Formats: sequence, structure tokens, C-alpha cells
Amino acid sequence: MDKKSRIVEVCLLAGKIMLESGAETYRVEDTMNRIAAAFGVLTSHSFVTPTGIIFSTSETDKTNLIRISNRSTDLEKVVLVNSISRKISSGELSLADARKQLKEIDRADLAYPIWIQILAAALASGCFTIMFLGSWVDFVPACVTGGLGFAFFIFIHQIVRIKFFAEFIASFIIGIIAYAFIAIGSGEELEKIVIGSVMPLVPGLLITNAVRDLIAGHLMSGLAKGAEAFLTAFAIGTGIAVVLSIF
Amino acid sequence: MLSHLITSFVASSTFGIIFNVPKKSLLNCGLVGMIGWMFYIVLFTEGVDAVYATLAASFAVAIISHILAKVYKNPVIIYSIVGIIPLVPGGTAYDAMRNFVENDYSTALPLAARAFMISGAIAFGLVLSEVLNQLVIRRKTQMRYKS
Repeated sequence: MDKKSRIVEVCLLAGKIMLESGAETYRVEDTMNRIAAAFGVLTSHSFVTPTGIIFSTSETDKTNLIRISNRSTDLEKVVLVNSISRKISSGELSLADARKQLKEIDRADLAYPIWIQILAAALASGCFTIMFLGSWVDFVPACVTGGLGFAFFIFIHQIVRIKFFAEFIASFIIGIIAYAFIAIGSGEELEKIVIGSVMPLVPGLLITNAVRDLIAGHLMSGLAKGAEAFLTAFAIGTGIAVVLSIF
Repeated sequence: MLSHLITSFVASSTFGIIFNVPKKSLLNCGLVGMIGWMFYIVLFTEGVDAVYATLAASFAVAIISHILAKVYKNPVIIYSIVGIIPLVPGGTAYDAMRNFVENDYSTALPLAARAFMISGAIAFGLVLSEVLNQLVIRRKTQMRYKS
């Protein structure tokens, strides 16, 4: 491999990790161009959409493409790649070292253990119920409902690789459990419990990124992420709506 | 008010865990979420319309996120994402959905429009701070060229 294709490899790897971890489009493009410039390729072009990266070192060179199939939210990886890109720009990292470190980040599983995530979702659900002016009576039911809903979301998402279906089932289960709490009399207001419990599934990250992409002029990614956020919100709404129409 | 202070802090930090924010930044995320929510709830209880209260809160969240990102040299999103989560109009959207299911369209549509307006306010708050941030950066670089 000549030097140029090795530079391209590092750029694409950094872009791939960032995009898969939920970074904004403009940040991915910016990072790739900065890394290329730091290694002496000043005329690079990158085009990033939520499902793929197109990158070329100059107008007449060969163009490279990477397909992105699964996206998740892992902000720690975004922070790590960001700091590597800073180090490359300031000349602290060589090409080979950068490649090695990026490969390590790509392989690493930095997420918190699943039980901590579920616990966090449970606590968040309870707190949101209070924040949306619910009473403290509904705190524990909301914790249980939200935690179970999030656990089901992770579990179903692992079996069926369709995110919208997992969200639909999870919010359906949230509706059922919330209804059960009201029925046995340990909860007061159904809607406060439901609203608090679905918050861990709400596409807040997608909405923020969609808006930021649109401002930065990345119209395609902005609209695509907006559509994904809308579909998620729709899946959650439908899941709850089914429960409401049954009872 | 105290219960809002505590719950918004806990809710925002736990959301940081779900989004896998680095451990060092979890408390800062909680702080951003707490300040944003306090802006919203204080304005809202003072009788300000929910749309304007959301606008002010998301603007505050975005400004603080930019400052924290500069100080700790981290990407802005790790703070702003967690900060806007409490402002998302989940309750209004839920009410709208419930009325749609019950075939009460004339009640559901205004609620849906309201949810849309509040999401727009969140977006616009983020946009405003972004523009402000770019203006400040441009001013700084111009000053550097002059001196």
C-alpha cells in the first residue's frame, strides 16, 4: 500500500466509527478532512449520509466508499475519535499509531453493562414522571414500567434487527404494565406513568442531530435523520395507542 | 421546586448512561439538563407560554453546552443532547395520540400542532446558540488578524 491509500484508510476508519456512534454529519466530514490535511492531503472531499461515506483525496483520484449498516449511540467513542483527530492535527500521532488506536476503538465495547443501562432507564422514567408534575405515588410504578420497557426494547432489538418493531413492542408492553399498575391500585395517573416510562425510548438524539445537520447545510442527512426520528416517535405512539384502544 | 431540581439532575445523568457518555462528563450532563429544566419550569409556572419557555430553555442548554465543550475540549453533542431530553414534548404528543385513537380529531389536532411547535422551539433554540457561537468565533479570529 502506498502512503495515500493508508491515509484514506485511517480517514475512513475514523469516519466510520464516528458515524456508527451517533456523531453529527458535519463533525464526521470535518474530522475526515482534518485528518487528511494533517497528513498532507489538502484537497480531500467527503460526503457523509447516515447510511454511507464517500471520500476522495482529490477530484481526479479514485473515490472510496464505506457502507454503514448499523448505527447506535455511543458518545464515548465520539469523544475518543475526536481527541485522536486533535492529536493528529497537532502532529502528536503518526499514521501507523493513529491506525492502531482507531482499530482498538473500533473493536472495543465501551458501553455500560446492560443491567446498569436498564437501572438508569428505570430511574430516569421515575424522575420524568415527577418532572411532568406527577405525584410521588407514581414514582415506583414508573420506575418499574420504564425499566421493564427498556429491557424488553434491548432484548427484542437483539432478536429482531428492526428498530421500529422493537420500539413498538416495548411501548406496547409499557402501556400494558402501566395499565396493570392502575388496575391493582398502586398507581394514580395512567398518563403520567406512561409519559415517564417512554422517555428512554424517545428519539432525542436523532432530533438534535437532524436539526444541527440541517443548519450546517447537510440537507440529505438532516432529512433522513428527521424521518428516522419521526418513525421512532410514530412507533412509540402506535404501541401506546394500541393499548389504549384495547382497554 | 426542590424535587424538580433533584429529579431533573438524576434524569439527565441517567440519560447520559443510556447514551454512553464518558463517566467524567456524567455530572456535567446532569447539570446542563437541570439548568435547562429549571429555566423551563420557572418560566412555565410564572405563566409564560410553553412554546416560549421551551425556546428559552433550549437556548440556555445550548449556550451552556458550548461553554462546557470549550472548557473540557469535548464535542458539543454530549452535553446538548442530554440537556434537551426533558424539553421534548412527550406529554403533549401522548395526549394528541390518545385523542386520535379515541376518534376525537378536533381535540387531537391542536395538541399535535402544539407538540410540533414545541419541537420547533427546541430546534430554534439550538439554531440561535449555534449562530451566536459562530459570530463569537468569527469576531475572535478577526481580532486576531487585526492585532
